[in-house]
Amino acid sequence: MKIIIPIKRVLDPYTQARVNKQTQLVDLTNAKMAMNPFCEIAVEEALKIKESNAASETIAVSIGTEKTIDTLRTALAMGVDRAIFVKTDSELDLQPLHLGKILANIVKREEAQLVIMGKQAVDNDNNQTGQILSGLLDYSLGTFISKFQLSDDGKSVEVCREIDSGIETRQLNLPTIVTVDLRLNEPRYASLPNIMKARSKPLETIEISSFDIDISPRVKVISVEESGTKDRASKQVQSAEELFSELSQLGVL
Amino acid sequence: MEFSLSSEQEMIIDTVSSFVEQELYPHEDEVEKTNHIDASLAESIKQKAINLGLYATNMPVKYGGGGLDTLTLCLLEKELGKANFGLQYIVARPSNILMACKDEQIDKYLVPTIRGEKVDCLAMTEPNAGSDVRSMKCRAELDGEYFVINGSKHFISHADMADYVILFAASGVEETSRGAKKKITSFLVDMGTPGFSVETGYNSVSHRGYHNFILNFDNCRVHESQVLGEVDHGFDIANEWLGATRLSVAAMCLGRAERALQIATEWAATREQFGQTIGKFQGVSFKLADMSMELQAAELLTLRAAWNDSQGKMTNSDAAMAKLKATEMLAMVSDEAIQILGGMGLMDELPLERIWRDHRVERIWDGTSEIQRHIISRSLLRPFE
Ligand SMILES: Cc1cc2nc3c(=O)[nH]c(=O)nc-3n(C[C@H](O)[C@H](O)[C@H](O)COP(=O)(O)OP(=O)(O)OC[C@H]3O[C@@H](n4cnc5c(N)ncnc54)[C@H](O)[C@@H]3O)c2cc1C
Repeated sequence: MKIIIPIKRVLDPYTQARVNKQTQLVDLTNAKMAMNPFCEIAVEEALKIKESNAASETIAVSIGTEKTIDTLRTALAMGVDRAIFVKTDSELDLQPLHLGKILANIVKREEAQLVIMGKQAVDNDNNQTGQILSGLLDYSLGTFISKFQLSDDGKSVEVCREIDSGIETRQLNLPTIVTVDLRLNEPRYASLPNIMKARSKPLETIEISSFDIDISPRVKVISVEESGTKDRASKQVQSAEELFSELSQLGVL
Repeated sequence: MEFSLSSEQEMIIDTVSSFVEQELYPHEDEVEKTNHIDASLAESIKQKAINLGLYATNMPVKYGGGGLDTLTLCLLEKELGKANFGLQYIVARPSNILMACKDEQIDKYLVPTIRGEKVDCLAMTEPNAGSDVRSMKCRAELDGEYFVINGSKHFISHADMADYVILFAASGVEETSRGAKKKITSFLVDMGTPGFSVETGYNSVSHRGYHNFILNFDNCRVHESQVLGEVDHGFDIANEWLGATRLSVAAMCLGRAERALQIATEWAATREQFGQTIGKFQGVSFKLADMSMELQAAELLTLRAAWNDSQGKMTNSDAAMAKLKATEMLAMVSDEAIQILGGMGLMDELPLERIWRDHRVERIWDGTSEIQRHIISRSLLRPFE
């Protein structure tokens, strides 16, 4: 069984996002980038399955400019077997539908039975790509999973989903797509020997144009605003009474 | 000139910084308070470091080390340097001088030290021989196949963790054009060798949880097979292998300065006095500008020296400049950071008072600032002699 793990390069969630006044978009020049934290969790889960001998191969896929290769290398350094890089010449405004179509092509080509991906990327918070991909491929879908258990015959998985009313347990038949939530696992760090090995692992480059998919934007971003630094400041209170009086003063009760 | 890092280097920084934040920072307060690191904690940190390939990264892959080049090693040292010194030392980078091991010394000392089965310490300094290390009194006299060692060493770091010491002792005197000069031999001496004892050292203002010791040798007999390098040529191997230690001191200072600058910057951006954040006062913001500039200058000097070393062309002056600049930069940055925080900067709630205390030893060990200046100026003046 092959596992595909689509991953995304995003602004490092521990850095402060700044909006470029001219472009009205988040300024990424010289910004520290990192793998989307939910994607790290997806990679970790795929590696665990591979280590339990239930998978034949783990394949990370990412779509973007040349820099995206760094993110794929991180996945390879964590232990993924090979990477597929879908190359765009410039920073394109790719939307979940475009991503879903590209990924569907790759999943079909690889005949992968399992796709593990983040429930959302922390930059745009779309939370759509997994769902769209499942629709396009007609694969079963488990979103927001916090537990993943492959059946002994390898034909289905039992997942726990974190939903508003609690934890829901479901059985999904393979082929399937799962989108992972925060509490599924603790992603490993890339070990030094694996970092050194990453460069010699296979990394295939595919030009985005070769997919023959209409990638013109369907959604337009009208404006992006910075969250005020003032509201960021938090305050610790000692008692419920103090919390009540603070909130009353702010007029939010 | 190429200043960008490779993706491997970026990933190594990520791994080490996550390790430092998740495995070392949580224990810092405890170590600072008790001046002690629990053996079980040390063992668990060590195992995690070994599993991640972070142990003995300075040593060649051939012997089981990480095989990092000097530049990448400095990037790793910088991240480790941010944490309490005793905690970060558990992630050992054994002394490079062990590369002088030969024959059975390789399997007895070099390889087990790289694997984390043995720990080394190094003893040169004596109560009456500090910067002038060649004036050492500890002596080794040949008696058949054995050297008989007498004398004592002080300020010897982490001898409590060590299984053996790389000892330097005077093995004779030679006449040179500049007068009589002591000949020095280096030995590998196991803890527990009869006649060798370890005594608790002094309490230092810097580096809580990391201790120094006094070593006493009283007719301690050491077999000639324990000589590291050649008899009477101990300083040759010291000169060949110990220069890199200065870069590691420099790199660790960069990491600590970065942490201090970050704390000071966040404080200046949020602390309000006289109706505005104090960062808006030029008296505070200009300090931040100078701190940041000094840090970058020290970083460039250190990484350039490291790059030269990776190319096999680092001079003594390169290493001396990096060590001198980075350690003195940390003095300035940690002091100014405390000034920006005001009273809170002195309190042990934040790591600043510790960074300030810890910086002090960096200007003294591995060659004092004056000795570094001596090395740099000598390289300038020697052509005129
Ligand atoms: C915490 C700690 C741990 C240490 N760990 C080790 C260890 O593991 N192994 C080891 O071998 N050593 C160790 N040392 C010793 C350290 O390397 C020495 O302290 C250092 O070399 C300086 O020697 P000294 O302290 O005797 O000072 P001195 O050499 O007596 O110097 C006193 C002052 O005189 C100045 N001075 C001396 N000579 C000159 C000169 N020619 N020109 C101008 N100024 C000069 C010095 O710069 C200094 O300001 C450690 C020291 C400390 C404090």
